[in-house]
Amino acid sequence: MTELVATTPGIFPLPDWAKDELSDLKGHQKSDLVSGDEGEAITAAYDEVRAELIETQQDAGLDRIVEGQGRWDDNLAHPLAVHDNVETRGIVRYYDNNNFYRDPVVTGPLTESGDVAGELDATAAQTDGLQAVLPGPYTLAELATDEQYGDEAAFLDAIAEFLAGEAAAFPDHETLFLLEPSLVTDAPGDGRDAQASEAIDTVAAAVDSEVVVHPFYGAVDEKVYAHLMDADVDAIGFDLVSDHDANVYNAQEYGTKSGVALGVVDGQNTLVEDPATVRERFDWFDEQIPAEAFETAYLTSNTELFYLPVNKAVAKMETLATAADLEEVEA
Amino acid sequence: MTREQLRPDDHPNEHFLLTTVVGSYPKPKWLNRADELHEDHDHDFGDEQLREAHDDAARLITHEHERAGVDAVVDGEMRRNEMVEFFAERIDGYEFNGPVKVWGHNYFDKPSVSSEVEYDEPWLVDEFEFTASVANRPVKVPITGPYTLANWSFNEAYEDEETLAYDLADLVNEEIERLVAAGARYIQIDEPALATTPDDYAVVGECLERIADDIPEEVRIGLHVCYGDYSRVYPEINEFPIDEFDVELCNGEYEQLDVFADGEFGPDLALGVVDAHTAEIEPVAEIKENIKKGFEIVPPEQLTVSPDCGLKLLPREIAYGKMENMVQAARKIEAELDAGEVDVGFAGTAAPADD
Repeated sequence: MTELVATTPGIFPLPDWAKDELSDLKGHQKSDLVSGDEGEAITAAYDEVRAELIETQQDAGLDRIVEGQGRWDDNLAHPLAVHDNVETRGIVRYYDNNNFYRDPVVTGPLTESGDVAGELDATAAQTDGLQAVLPGPYTLAELATDEQYGDEAAFLDAIAEFLAGEAAAFPDHETLFLLEPSLVTDAPGDGRDAQASEAIDTVAAAVDSEVVVHPFYGAVDEKVYAHLMDADVDAIGFDLVSDHDANVYNAQEYGTKSGVALGVVDGQNTLVEDPATVRERFDWFDEQIPAEAFETAYLTSNTELFYLPVNKAVAKMETLATAADLEEVEA
Repeated sequence: MTREQLRPDDHPNEHFLLTTVVGSYPKPKWLNRADELHEDHDHDFGDEQLREAHDDAARLITHEHERAGVDAVVDGEMRRNEMVEFFAERIDGYEFNGPVKVWGHNYFDKPSVSSEVEYDEPWLVDEFEFTASVANRPVKVPITGPYTLANWSFNEAYEDEETLAYDLADLVNEEIERLVAAGARYIQIDEPALATTPDDYAVVGECLERIADDIPEEVRIGLHVCYGDYSRVYPEINEFPIDEFDVELCNGEYEQLDVFADGEFGPDLALGVVDAHTAEIEPVAEIKENIKKGFEIVPPEQLTVSPDCGLKLLPREIAYGKMENMVQAARKIEAELDAGEVDVGFAGTAAPADD
């Protein structure tokens, strides 16, 4: 019997009071965004944000609790944007969205920073069921600009080593989500697809937790998927909201891991799904895959939740929690 | 409205390069204060007081455009908060759930379409009637286009965004009919979202067909697009039912000029000749050179001159200086055209043969 685990890929919208307070404290220009060495008042505001986001997830009934990443001004590029050897330059578009982030340009060695570990230490002190979230190495490399390592392959390796170092410093946690939207939007070509999978191994080897690699904004190409299956992870994610057919096809043709993460609610639309519908989406996927029952199925939004207003992001968390708790429907 | 109808009676030159603006303009600081007071329920600053403040600001900015010498003026969109929110507040079917992040600490009250969109109250008729009553020049009305209204909203109710855009296009058509009945003759459809998803040009084209349906010939319809890769929408825009295509090229130093310079550009060209995002006023001589770039695409009879985009993010005195220099530059080029001193590089069939 499959254990259904309600969770999210993190990066929540800031509570509305914090949107006002932090923009007053920090400012609106690109030079005002987080640098990794925020002062006392800003740190205190983010501590309060973290406590509120943890409580929101607990109240919603989620099984895994993330830090919420209120500080991640640059979304998935955050771990580089706050690094000492990275310069943030122009504002660039974040995938095919009306959202933007600062282009992180790597100008020196990617030494360990401990930035994300610091956030998770604070979170671990306040909750059980901790889930860590990082960009996958391929995605982070695609979001960044390299002026240090010289070629694409060396840069991807360096990013993977950097993320592994960050992850190794994490406190005890149940699950690590590696978000890999770029595997869908900018599919790696020959050779690089295998390297992207090895880079995931590098990061996964740094932790003892369950590792989920979660691509979204569609389905990965068949060949990319085949390489992803070589990665030593516990579950692969499928964005059933954006493209359920292509995703289920990959799992049918190439099999999948003993666990699975299913993007069953839409992180980019305010329409709140019915828990029964969400459960049906899991059942539909489960029935299409001929293998034995999954050990674990993570029910999640397909994307991060910062695209939504706060009330809808919370409603989506509640939907996921309720859907995971529904009594199994007899076929 | 033909270009000749827009020519002022006291126009000094034989040639006429229509000068206009894209729409938004910096608000006077006191108007922002009035908006805040109106939102704050601790103050006795009601709807009537706010309306009076909006009227005062609209009159002031309309006259500021006229003082700069602009031929077709707007009120600087003094009554509008944001280009999607303003319309979403007036259309049945939209609801607001709170701000969402665009980048850093910049947010936008992105609305949700939660049921079928329907026409409720007029959107812009009052605004137009007031501006027309205080203006001494023809008034242009900018409207956010249906594709942008659909693309920059959450879609909860429609099968897809395209269907939503077409329904919104029908509402824009209804609004334009009311504006035309109120006397408007120059309408500009703003579709900035096309720049981020240029492959949807056919959807925008179909929206424009619906918008232009049954609108009298004498009504001038323009389309404004900004900050995009135009090679992906041209020459398709030649098929759009529009009289004028308004585009920002100054910001990109006219790198994309060649995209349009095939000698077959269909509508009139409204060319951005001052940058809306630099706080320096371009000198007249520089703007003159920018205007001449337009002659590589269309002959003078088809060229309109405007800033790249809305000027609302600039300090007000900079916005004014840019308009004033833009008009002076246009008048000088007209005089030079009259005197046969300008080499018109236009390569199309309408160009005079010089053999």
